[in-house]
Amino acid sequence: MAPGGPAVALLLMLVASTIARAQERELPVSEVAPGIFVHIGDVALMTRENDGAIANVGFVVGDSSVAVIDTGGSVREGRQLLAAIRSRTGKPIRYVINTHAHPDHSFGNAAFAGDGITLVGHKNLPRAFATRGQFYLDGFRRSMGDELINEVRMTPPGLLVEDRLTIDLGGRTLLLRAWPTAHSDCDLTVFDEPTKTLFAGDLVFLGHIPVVDGSIRGWLRALDEIAAIPALRVVPGHGPVSGWPAAIGDERRYLGTLAADVRALIADGQPIAVAAERAAVSERSRWQLFDDYNARNATAAFSEIEWE
Amino acid sequence: MARYRLRLLCIAGLLTIALGVHLAPAASTDAYDPWPGLVQDIFNDRQMNDGSDVIGIEMPSRAEDAAIVPVTLRTRLSPGDSRHVRTITLVIDQNPAPMAAKFTLGPDSNVTEISTRVRVNSYTNVHAVAELSDGKLYMTKIYVKASGGCSAPAAKNAEEAKARLGQMRYRQFARTGQGPASATREAQIMIGHPNNSGLQMNQVTQLYIPAFFVNELRLWQDDSPVLAMEGGISISEDPNIRITYVSNGAKRFRAEAKDTDGHVFQHEWKVDDSGT
Repeated sequence: MAPGGPAVALLLMLVASTIARAQERELPVSEVAPGIFVHIGDVALMTRENDGAIANVGFVVGDSSVAVIDTGGSVREGRQLLAAIRSRTGKPIRYVINTHAHPDHSFGNAAFAGDGITLVGHKNLPRAFATRGQFYLDGFRRSMGDELINEVRMTPPGLLVEDRLTIDLGGRTLLLRAWPTAHSDCDLTVFDEPTKTLFAGDLVFLGHIPVVDGSIRGWLRALDEIAAIPALRVVPGHGPVSGWPAAIGDERRYLGTLAADVRALIADGQPIAVAAERAAVSERSRWQLFDDYNARNATAAFSEIEWE
Repeated sequence: MARYRLRLLCIAGLLTIALGVHLAPAASTDAYDPWPGLVQDIFNDRQMNDGSDVIGIEMPSRAEDAAIVPVTLRTRLSPGDSRHVRTITLVIDQNPAPMAAKFTLGPDSNVTEISTRVRVNSYTNVHAVAELSDGKLYMTKIYVKASGGCSAPAAKNAEEAKARLGQMRYRQFARTGQGPASATREAQIMIGHPNNSGLQMNQVTQLYIPAFFVNELRLWQDDSPVLAMEGGISISEDPNIRITYVSNGAKRFRAEAKDTDGHVFQHEWKVDDSGT
């Protein structure tokens, strides 16, 4: 081999891997209603191995443009979602909507940075990115590694939803609705009127235990209102696309049980650590990842309900 | 050969830059032990004695909710010991402000148990250091893993926290297996306060959100001090202190809290006579 050969070989290898990076494999998506595409995330914790791809993400194709709803748990997943969009439509992406600030839904945002793309979020989303962003990056570096975390950018949204907002994709409008604190303090739902499909973000969990990171009482209140949305199907934040409003039955039961158990423990004078062990244990067999989140949910519920 | 290697490194380096890949090492907090430095900064390098038979510290091994991690400190001195606990300092080694709280126990209150809730930012040792009446320091520690997931040591509901600012609640708990004649009491004080850490950067303005927290809390039974706490930003939102102490027959329980903005919150409550 001529001098410099190994260097050229290495260069070619690196160039090849760069191209592979630019042309990520497509995220598997299915068309759950005309023009509505969804990827169902694994029910799992975010890791290096799963690229953080644990949340449901999707996109809606209108006559003139595309809206992306959540971008996944890593920029790699975001690029794979972009590849899935590109293989189905040549229409421009105009909006990227974050249903809330959690990393499994927003770490992929950087894959969609570009002229003509507006990031849309709840009015509290910028604050959530500001106060939690660095903690998320540090925390997930441990489980996901430098390669995935280094390219994450928590850029604040360019368009905020105070209450309700309509987005026009050409022949198709999406109704965005900002909720009071429930699953988190920046929950946003997206309703596609023509197909009556509701993207509920993490206001709805199926199979995956609900995670309380806002207000359990606010969430229970919000569920009553959400149930009234005239949807045919829901794309939950986690779990399968399901019929509406039957899909929220399990979640409502879990949150109701948790709140009732915590209330009884507080009345009995039990400390918060005991609530973490005992509240809602009757629900264990009904949910995946129960042991990863139930104690945390009980702790959060306790610190809220003790102020009633 | 050396030249090849140099060229390879150069090319790899250029490509790295071109690809925007950062080779910064992981923010590993595991290897570095801040404790020796903390002993110097917080305790003026005083001798640390084994505190396993002086003080106990209880925390969950995994911080389920990074914003609200229960911690209980229990004195372990035998009733016959002539020494008593003057202060207990709680240190969360890897937190941005490691000194979470310093508790000063009322000389006549015989506080045997203090429970509160703290923020835990990372995998960390948590130290409890008791100063006894012999003037010596006794240390014990526990290791806590910060949970992953969407758990963050930040407010879950900032609006509600703001609305509760300055509210104070007192509760006395019945103690099981204890006759009405017992003077041992278990009580809880809750203070509505966001306890903002001030270490969170607003990524839009690149400014730090100003710190706003309860830095002083004093509890009395009638006019006898029960407990004083110097608090830091590691104490969770809505500071919550649950203590076991001995009643001096007082009819009133009194609390005063101050925060970093100079607010003073005061309240007093009538104490139930019996311990049940």
